[in-house]
Amino acid sequence: MTERAKRAATREAGVGQLCGLPPEIVRNTSLVAAGSLLSVEHLSVADVAGILAMTARLERMDAAARARILLGRTIALLFYESSTRTRTSFELAAKSLGATTTLVSDKSSSIEKGESLKDTGLTLRALGAEAIVLRHPSSGSASLLARVTGLPVLNAGDGMHQHPSQALLDLRTILLRLGRDVRTVDDNTLHGVTLVITGDILHSRVARSNAMLLPRLGARVVLCGPPELLPESSLGMAEGIEIERDFDRALACANVVMMLRIQKERLAGFDLDLAEFIARYQLNQERMAASSPKLLVMHPGPIIRGLEITGAVADGPQSLIEEQVSQGLAVRRAVLARALGVIA
Amino acid sequence: MSEMLILNGYLVDPGSGIDGLRDVLIQDGRIAAVEIPGGLASIAGLHATSSKIDAAGCVVAPGLIDIHVHLREPGQTHKETIATGTAAAAAGGFTTVVAMPNTTPVNDSVAGLQWMLAAERGPVVNLLAMPAATVGSLGCDLSDFAALVRAGAVGFTDDGKPVLEDEVMRAALLAAARLGVPVSQHAEDTRLTGGCSMNAGRVAFRLGLRGMPVEAEARIVERDLHLLREIEQAERLRPHLHVQHVSTARALDAIRRAKAEGLHVTCEAAPHHFTLTEDAVGEYDTNAKMNPPLRAEADRRAVIEALLDGTVDCIATDHAPHASHEKEVEFERAPNGITGLETALGLAMRVLHREHGMQLLRVLALMSAQPAAVIGLKEQGTLRVGSFADVVIFDAAEDWKFAVKDSRSKSKNLPFDGAALLGRVRATICEGRVVYRPIP
Repeated sequence: MTERAKRAATREAGVGQLCGLPPEIVRNTSLVAAGSLLSVEHLSVADVAGILAMTARLERMDAAARARILLGRTIALLFYESSTRTRTSFELAAKSLGATTTLVSDKSSSIEKGESLKDTGLTLRALGAEAIVLRHPSSGSASLLARVTGLPVLNAGDGMHQHPSQALLDLRTILLRLGRDVRTVDDNTLHGVTLVITGDILHSRVARSNAMLLPRLGARVVLCGPPELLPESSLGMAEGIEIERDFDRALACANVVMMLRIQKERLAGFDLDLAEFIARYQLNQERMAASSPKLLVMHPGPIIRGLEITGAVADGPQSLIEEQVSQGLAVRRAVLARALGVIA
Repeated sequence: MSEMLILNGYLVDPGSGIDGLRDVLIQDGRIAAVEIPGGLASIAGLHATSSKIDAAGCVVAPGLIDIHVHLREPGQTHKETIATGTAAAAAGGFTTVVAMPNTTPVNDSVAGLQWMLAAERGPVVNLLAMPAATVGSLGCDLSDFAALVRAGAVGFTDDGKPVLEDEVMRAALLAAARLGVPVSQHAEDTRLTGGCSMNAGRVAFRLGLRGMPVEAEARIVERDLHLLREIEQAERLRPHLHVQHVSTARALDAIRRAKAEGLHVTCEAAPHHFTLTEDAVGEYDTNAKMNPPLRAEADRRAVIEALLDGTVDCIATDHAPHASHEKEVEFERAPNGITGLETALGLAMRVLHREHGMQLLRVLALMSAQPAAVIGLKEQGTLRVGSFADVVIFDAAEDWKFAVKDSRSKSKNLPFDGAALLGRVRATICEGRVVYRPIP
């Protein structure tokens, strides 16, 4: 049992003991279909290795063979928030495997008339959806949808909580650019790699997903940002996470820096001094010049040029931003096939 | 004349201090005699035909009193009715409950209060009510305290929301003090809790949920205590502040100090706050969502400590039924609250009595004599001769598992399905009538 699993087990036993209930009931996960991808917390290192291996196999396959993998299968994309990258890559990934996809968005559907998430999910299931890809503004919504429909649910971002396929594609991007084997991982694969995540961590499901996945593969994760966007409580995400408020100091030890957009839509009345934020945390050419020339720059998008990152850095040779998008397509093929129980 | 005998039970009555084997005679809804076993034989006029309950092996105690329940009638009867909520109360050993005013419409008028308390609503146990402190619970204009007290109000509260404005709270405390009733405060500085759905901290961060800081509770408690102090000094009145469902060490510390200082403050604790922590939210279990939220372990321990040292005056459930379709939604959108009437005694017995060594007499005081004192009931919460014959008979040694499917409440929203409880109710008697008696 890994340290993390032990900790989780102790925590669950504690809750169970307090209310006299078994852990699966306390965690409320007993009704979730296998193949669901709700949180990186539910993935073992072996699960991650399996997904990476399948990603590699699907990538090597010729397009015609690939298009038979999910032939005749139906996948629903249910999007309550706008999305460019995630939606398109899930859709293209499903189609490249031969699946039929249908897109339902909160605009232009009965969601606008007040239909609940549960009823929307049951409707999609009744129409033949075998898995649902969900993007939703509420944390925990993917978990809810998985429980009430019993279908495999792929969490394509739920509120501030998780975006697990993003962490997987980020992982694959890092492995690729560091010249490591992209077909498997173990708990030591990222030993010696320091990832600095900078910006609006409080509101970021991408930060949570990466910060909770990559340390389990051996990476050192350093979080960087002002207290308003990076509270001390973030240290509870995983063991060994560190906070460094000084971006320049954090960059000095970084192999990879992941920049995050300030999520204005989630600031909830909090008034941030943008000029000060830019001065302290923007990734610009001066900071790039002061850092290692091998520093890799990542950003899950959408980027706000001139705010958290300058255009020159985003378009520069050390930027992996477009590579991340391409890897999204590859990784999402694997998680979709896994959701439908297909071993490719 | 109706008569009932409860024989061979172990009587625990915090009000009179009796803690031993006693037989109890009930006549016309009142306690007529309490005697050592066999002692009732000498009482003249005792009919051989009067009904008897054999309480051998059981504790006989004053019917429990819950000064904080939501019965949802009028207006939200899909969640609960006065009849179903009080049936759940009876099953949990309660014989008196105090209904909160956040119904639809809000209970803020004499007509509304009379309607709620009318026999037509079909209450199974004694029903009392705290009407809204402000009209519509909007936090601006005080409701008509004097008229409402004449109509039976036992206190005032805007529960579900705090009375936020200093001047309004001061006026409420003054008006209630003149009438000798408490103002019962839901202590939450809502300026700090907008959009929040659980306790602030590591669990909330991990789940991506906005958290309510413990300061939100403490700040209102501290503000209210400051108002008490001011009023005592300036007005020569002694207002009574009752703080609802205290959940944090910091607020409990403030109350402890205020009591030592001599201010008239009382407070309640809810079973879920001394039983569970924020970890029970698990994977977004909306049945672990309530307000105030489940807190960190240090706060849970502080609640237990405050129950043990007397800072907490009573246990109150904050029984808050919601329909399953209302709870089966995104965590942030789910309404706050859990049902609690049927698990309160069993949780208090297990956690306070067994795990923390609290004497049975003290556990029962927290659920009978002391809540009665908070709202000024003289003839309930005790088995002294002459009191109302409100009695709970329970097997204090029985370990059992609660099954929500057996709940009398119309709603099933609580995190204790399958939970281990200690002590099982065998009979509940309200004013001499058996209102709950499961077939053994």
